[in-house]
Amino acid sequence: MMKRPSLFSLVLAMPLLVWQLAFFLFPLLFLIAISFWTVKMFQMQPDLSFANWQRILTRGVFWDAYLRTMILATSAAVLTSAIAFPASYAISFKLSERAKRWMIFVLIIPFFTSYLVRVYSWQVFLTDAGIINAALGHIGLGPYPMLNNTFGTLVGMVTLCLPLVILLQTFSLNFVNRDLIEAAHNLRCGRLRTVASVVVPSAKVGLVIAALFAFILSFGDFVSPLYLGGGNPPTLSIMITDITKSGQQWPRAAVVAIMMIATLMTVAFAAITYAYKERGK
Amino acid sequence: MTIHLARPTRRKLLTMTAGAALATPFLSIRAAAQTTNLSMLAWYGHAEPDIVGEFEEANNVKFTPKYYTGGDNMLGLIAQSPPGTYDVILSDGEYVQQLNAAGYIQELDAADYAFDDFFPEFQKFPGHWDGDKLYSVITRFGFLGVSYNTDEFSEKEASTYGVFADERATGKLGHFDWHLPNLGQMSLWNGNASPYDIDEAAWAAVQETTMGLRPQVGGFFDYGGTFSSLKSGQMTLFAGIGDWITGVLEKNGANVRSVIPEEGGLQWTESFSIGKGTKNYEMANKWIQYITSPEGQAKSADMAAYPALIPSEAGWKVLNETNPAEAKRQKMVMGEANVMDMIRDGRIQFRQLPVQQDLGTWNDFWSDYKAS
Repeated sequence: MMKRPSLFSLVLAMPLLVWQLAFFLFPLLFLIAISFWTVKMFQMQPDLSFANWQRILTRGVFWDAYLRTMILATSAAVLTSAIAFPASYAISFKLSERAKRWMIFVLIIPFFTSYLVRVYSWQVFLTDAGIINAALGHIGLGPYPMLNNTFGTLVGMVTLCLPLVILLQTFSLNFVNRDLIEAAHNLRCGRLRTVASVVVPSAKVGLVIAALFAFILSFGDFVSPLYLGGGNPPTLSIMITDITKSGQQWPRAAVVAIMMIATLMTVAFAAITYAYKERGK
Repeated sequence: MTIHLARPTRRKLLTMTAGAALATPFLSIRAAAQTTNLSMLAWYGHAEPDIVGEFEEANNVKFTPKYYTGGDNMLGLIAQSPPGTYDVILSDGEYVQQLNAAGYIQELDAADYAFDDFFPEFQKFPGHWDGDKLYSVITRFGFLGVSYNTDEFSEKEASTYGVFADERATGKLGHFDWHLPNLGQMSLWNGNASPYDIDEAAWAAVQETTMGLRPQVGGFFDYGGTFSSLKSGQMTLFAGIGDWITGVLEKNGANVRSVIPEEGGLQWTESFSIGKGTKNYEMANKWIQYITSPEGQAKSADMAAYPALIPSEAGWKVLNETNPAEAKRQKMVMGEANVMDMIRDGRIQFRQLPVQQDLGTWNDFWSDYKAS
């Protein structure tokens, strides 16, 4: 029989509840409401019109941008997780406790500077006459287009997500039972197989959550697609700004935003369900 | 005594708090009497110290700017604010009529302003007047044409919109991300004398011309992105902008410039209005008088954020005396080929809202173009 929560625990939970109501649920309900409003002379007017939904959802441009954003965010999540894992593994399993603490501190440093500044600084490296192409030019290669395209966008997204993903993966790997690894080795399990069959399944929850964060951050990212991707072609976040810029169509932008939130909630729910699903069930 | 202040009794603390609370209104009243706070809704740069500093000091005024990007953004900000929020409003020419129609701006007294100092073309600027009633005073203008990297293209090569299709510009053509100037330029390229007043057949042709350029496009950029992509040389040609962007870069040593092509260029204008419901009408009026005075005009021409042409002939004279290099760079020198000749030769058309199509139609096409 489930124990009834005490008054004390309910009071402790109140700030979280109030916060979620004030800054998530109410704004979300308001967003849904204004998606049915209309705009006249640049002013929003309360209404119950389905015209905004019809207009957005029947346009091929929206679905193209939706698919593009999904592919970009998925690619960023997979790429970031793949790049992060060897680093996380090394930090968790190979470094001393002291070195581990230093590495975690180093991984937090990127958050001290603005993401926008970091993205702008990438332009210096990625332009046709930038540092990377100049270096490649010395060995007779390039210049390769790296800016204002999908490559540039992905570089920005990985920049955004990598430190966070490494941290989450590292924390997750720290909790892997070392006895299991030793047992695998005793049973003559090779290094790679130990990682694939013991370490990864043991740290599955953390690894999936880390990838999920990378997906969420990349899916809604506006800075990289604009400043490293050149807005060419646009993602959903760029589409929202385009819609609001012309004619102040906030209700139509709300439709795009709701579709994005619904997608993120679905993906998050699926990922968490998968993460906590026990093997064989 | 120190101990007494550091650890006051409860009674002493209450007395001090009450005293401070009672004194606050007097402090505020005194401060308010000293400085007038003038709110300004404008493009970036108009309320920065290089422009308003002297006026603030002379009149004991403090500007509070709210900057926007684009006329739609400006209208949206006003629409969502209570009347009287903005004392002075800077607007692009094509949006003044909408401001007036929505009742956001006040009628002005034409006698308050030095229109006699202005070139005749700007004394009764279209859209700023409703019959004999004045609603906005022009302060700056500029041309939009082909912006190019001088290392990659010569001025002669850039003197036609056809250069946008040049194979050297593949992946190097940038768009300022606003449909109005870009599609206006495409319309001029198609030979439409009134680029925004076109029938359905001409509009279809404009769309076809624009779509033909899509493989050339390297990106769609906002204000900051436009600067950085031109400066880095990543984009070597740019549509939808003019000297208001390249002038800043050129003055800082970048090899970029703008030219008005043979098919003609577009003209943007900026004008000041006074917001309806303002409590600072007199000071707002004084500001517009200042910025449209010859001295204010000369200052405005060389604004740090972005330079512009000025409509005041008297302002040209002051600029030539105080900053002859900038006057020459912007071709605002009397007695030699200057920007007024371009207007008088019919090479420049006003940027305006589409006449025969809905604004949303143009915007939808722009979205399709970007996504294609």
